[in-house]
Formats: sequence, C-alpha cells, structure tokens
Amino acid sequence: MIEIRNVWKRYGDNVILENISSTVKEGEFITLVGASGCGKSTFLRMLLGTDVPSQGEILLDGKPIADEPDAERGVVFQQYSVFPHMTVLENVTIARAFEGSALGFLWGKRKRAAREEAMAMLDTVGLSHMADRYPDELSGGMRQRLAIAQALILKPRILLLDEPFGALDPGIRADMHELVLSLWRKHKLTVFMVTHDLAEGFHLGTRLWVFDKLRVDPQAPNTYGAGITYDLPVGACEPELLQEIDSGLSSSGQELAS
Amino acid sequence: MRRLINQQPSRVWGIALSLLPFALLLLIYVLASDTRLAENPQDKLLPSFEQMGDAIHRLAFEPSKRTGEYLFWQDTLSSLTRLGLGMLIAASLGMLFGLGTGAFPLAYSGVAPLLTVVSLIPPMAILPILFIVFGLGEVSKVALIAIGVTPFIARDIQKRCLEIPREQLVKAQTLGANSGQILLRVLIPQLMPRLIDAVRLSLGSAWLFLIAAEAIASTDGLGYRVFLVRRYLSMDVILPYVAWIALLAFVIDLVLRKLSLWAYPWQESRS
Repeated sequence: MIEIRNVWKRYGDNVILENISSTVKEGEFITLVGASGCGKSTFLRMLLGTDVPSQGEILLDGKPIADEPDAERGVVFQQYSVFPHMTVLENVTIARAFEGSALGFLWGKRKRAAREEAMAMLDTVGLSHMADRYPDELSGGMRQRLAIAQALILKPRILLLDEPFGALDPGIRADMHELVLSLWRKHKLTVFMVTHDLAEGFHLGTRLWVFDKLRVDPQAPNTYGAGITYDLPVGACEPELLQEIDSGLSSSGQELAS
Repeated sequence: MRRLINQQPSRVWGIALSLLPFALLLLIYVLASDTRLAENPQDKLLPSFEQMGDAIHRLAFEPSKRTGEYLFWQDTLSSLTRLGLGMLIAASLGMLFGLGTGAFPLAYSGVAPLLTVVSLIPPMAILPILFIVFGLGEVSKVALIAIGVTPFIARDIQKRCLEIPREQLVKAQTLGANSGQILLRVLIPQLMPRLIDAVRLSLGSAWLFLIAAEAIASTDGLGYRVFLVRRYLSMDVILPYVAWIALLAFVIDLVLRKLSLWAYPWQESRS
C-alpha cells in the first residue's frame, strides 16, 4: 500500500534521514524506535504530510502521498491533540460536522446521528461517562483515549501515533496498548507508531523499525543521517537481539547528546 | 516564623488589608478638607463631601437652566456611547486583522509589518488629522478611540492565534476540515475570550483617548465637563466626576470578565 523510495531529509547541511526505502502492506502495525533526534518523528511527519522529503518519494497506492494532512491519515500526538474549547463529545462529533456542513456545524437529525455514533466510539475507549466534560478536566490517559476516538471516527486508513503514551504512567500505558491493539484489529488500520521505548515497540504491532545512523563521523556528527538499521517482524526475534539493539541505541544516543 | 514570601493573609485580614488604603486616603482627605474649610469657608480646593453632594445633586437631578437637560446623565450617556462605539469598532477590526495575520501566513507577510509600524504611531499625535478630516463632531472622537486601540488588539490576537498549538490545526485537517471551518470551529472560539481580555486591557487607553478628545472639542461628555469646570476651580464637580469615571471603568471591566467566563466555560478548568 505504501511505498517509500530512497527518501532523504536534510535541513541545510544537516542530514536527518538518508536513503530510506521500504514497502508497507495494508493492515501492518509498524513501531518506529530510535534515539531522540534520529529523525523518526520527521519520518512520521512526512507520512502525515506536514513535512516533505528533500529527495525521493513516498507513494500511497502508487500515487505520491498528499503534501498536506487529510482525512485518510488520522493522527495522535503526545499532547495538544484535542480541542480544549469543546466537550469530550463535541471533540468526537466535530469530524462529522467538518464533513457534513460547509461551516462545520450540524443541526437536527444529522447532529443526533453524529452524537450517537460518537457516544458509541467513546464507549469503546471507555470515556462515555465523561462526555460532557472539557479535556482539561481529564487525566492524561483519558485525554489520549479521547484523541484516539477523535482520530478514528472518520475511519482513516492510516493511523499515525507520535509518542502517544510518552507522558503516561506505566500502568496506564499498558491499558492504552490493549486499547490500541484492539482498535487496530477491529478497524483493520495501518498503524505507524513512534516511540522511544524499545520494549513498547516489541510488545505492540507486527513490525519494528529501528532508526539509527549507519555511519558516524565523530568530527561532524551531522554529515550522515539515520536510516532503518533493523526491520524486524515482531515476535520472531531473540531477547539477545533486543539487548543488542538497546545498547547500540543508547550508545549512539549518548554520542548525539555529547 | 515562616519566610515573608510564604505568609498568606487570612480571608478577613485580606479584606481588611485591601480596604485599609482606601480608608486612610478618605481620612486624610476629610482632615485636610476640614482644616482648610475651618480657616476659609470659601475655599474651593478641597471641598467637603457635603459640597460635592450638592454639586452632583444639582447636575444629576435638576434640569440645566440653559438647556433643560440633566447634565450628569447626558455627559455619561455621551461618553459611554463614544467609548462603546469606538471599542466595538476596535474589537471587530482587531479580531479581523489579528485572526487574518495569525491564521494565514500569506496575510501575515502582507499585513503584519504594516501593523507593527501603525502601532508605533502615538494616536494623540494624529488627533489633529482626525479633526481636520472628520470635523469636530462625534466621528473624530470615535475614530480616535478605534484607531488608538485597534493595533493593540490586532497584535494581541495575532500573538494569541500563533500560540495555539499547531498540533490542533494538523488534527483538524486530518478530520477533514478546510481553512474556513478551522477558523470558525477551532480558532475563533478559542480567541474570543482572548479578545475580551484584550478589550479589558485596552479600556484604560480608550478612556484616555476619549477624555482627551472631549477636552479639546466637544459640547458634552464626562471629559468635557471636568475640563469645563476647571475654569471655575470647581473641585466639587471634578472630584465626583473622576470617581464616577473610575466606577464606570470598574463595572465595565467586571461585566466583561463575567461575560467571558459565562460564555466560554471551558476556560475555568484551564487555570
């Protein structure tokens, strides 16, 4: 479904990503891990359409992917994903309002239909009891559940998650994993999830991409960008490999930091 | 003993402390006024509260001998009309320019530098131009307030608009929104309380422009009256008028604050 052909990303002299190629089939759940600053979020932004490759192309069904965000690709960010001035319910119905009217307001029968659909969606993420609250009254985990419900109401083909659980407690994080996995199966989504937690990457999804520098020039650390150093089917690798990747990542992370 | 920066007044003490300076000022005034009046009953500089009450009673509850109007209320009505019209125009234009430049990078490039330069012009300096262009009537006074306040509101709204997290705009786009829908459902609702705040903050300068314009060329208004009676050293009129202006400003501010919280209840959980 998605084909990535020799994608490079540079900002001036800084090479962020170098020569990334891959293909992704419909329904895959891909986790992107890597040290901070390695370009995995940049890559996600290119899939989203808020950033474009400096070179190379990303194809969706054989055509270049749209260079601005659209309803085909849902997204959940680490924060600020929901609208603070709308109630929980309005946050979910708003997508139908955008779709169904020129000005973004629904009335009468269509409004009721959208509310029912949204309540059903809130039920699946376990937020129906908070429907009339504002997002700032919710906990961090609830807010991310809301962001997921909001992103899925239009049934996008692709769901992009940019460190969605990075700010959550470990216990809540496990709940969120279950939720994401069940929604992914139910809606047959193609999911890309950026995380810096390698264990999370191994636990979730069908495929793991590790972003890291293939070459390092200690005098000029920005000369070379990151590529996909490991492309692994999840579930088919040994714990030793996990260890190896983890230590590799932490050492290159230290180099970046120093 | 806790550090001074950690000491909070109790509720009763808090209220008492906030009333204390008012009480002190009143006391000093009454003492000074009594002393001067005891020496010279004709003294006009520090009139007693009785004299001020008489003066206001004359202006507010007895028709003027010359025109038959109740001057105090006529002045208040004229001034508030000018202030309200000026602020309405300023808020509308400010929202228009602020939102336009904040939401559309093309408009930002085109208009923002001009806005910055315009906001640097002292509005009082162009008052003569307004008098020449619009004459000495109502238009020039309303125009002074509008011109003086619009750049401030526009720049404030522009800044607030740019502060709204980009994630929200991206999210709206992934939910299928077009530019107009994003303006109507995402940006404007979040900027309306900001607009009310900006109006509240700029009311101080709006009063300044209003009174200055009335002092220079007018036939009624609160500012006109205080500058008129200055010729007769009528402190018994000036002091109550100043207090009345302060009270009006306070009530307007209070109403705007309550309106903002009532109309946009989602703010409450933010702070």
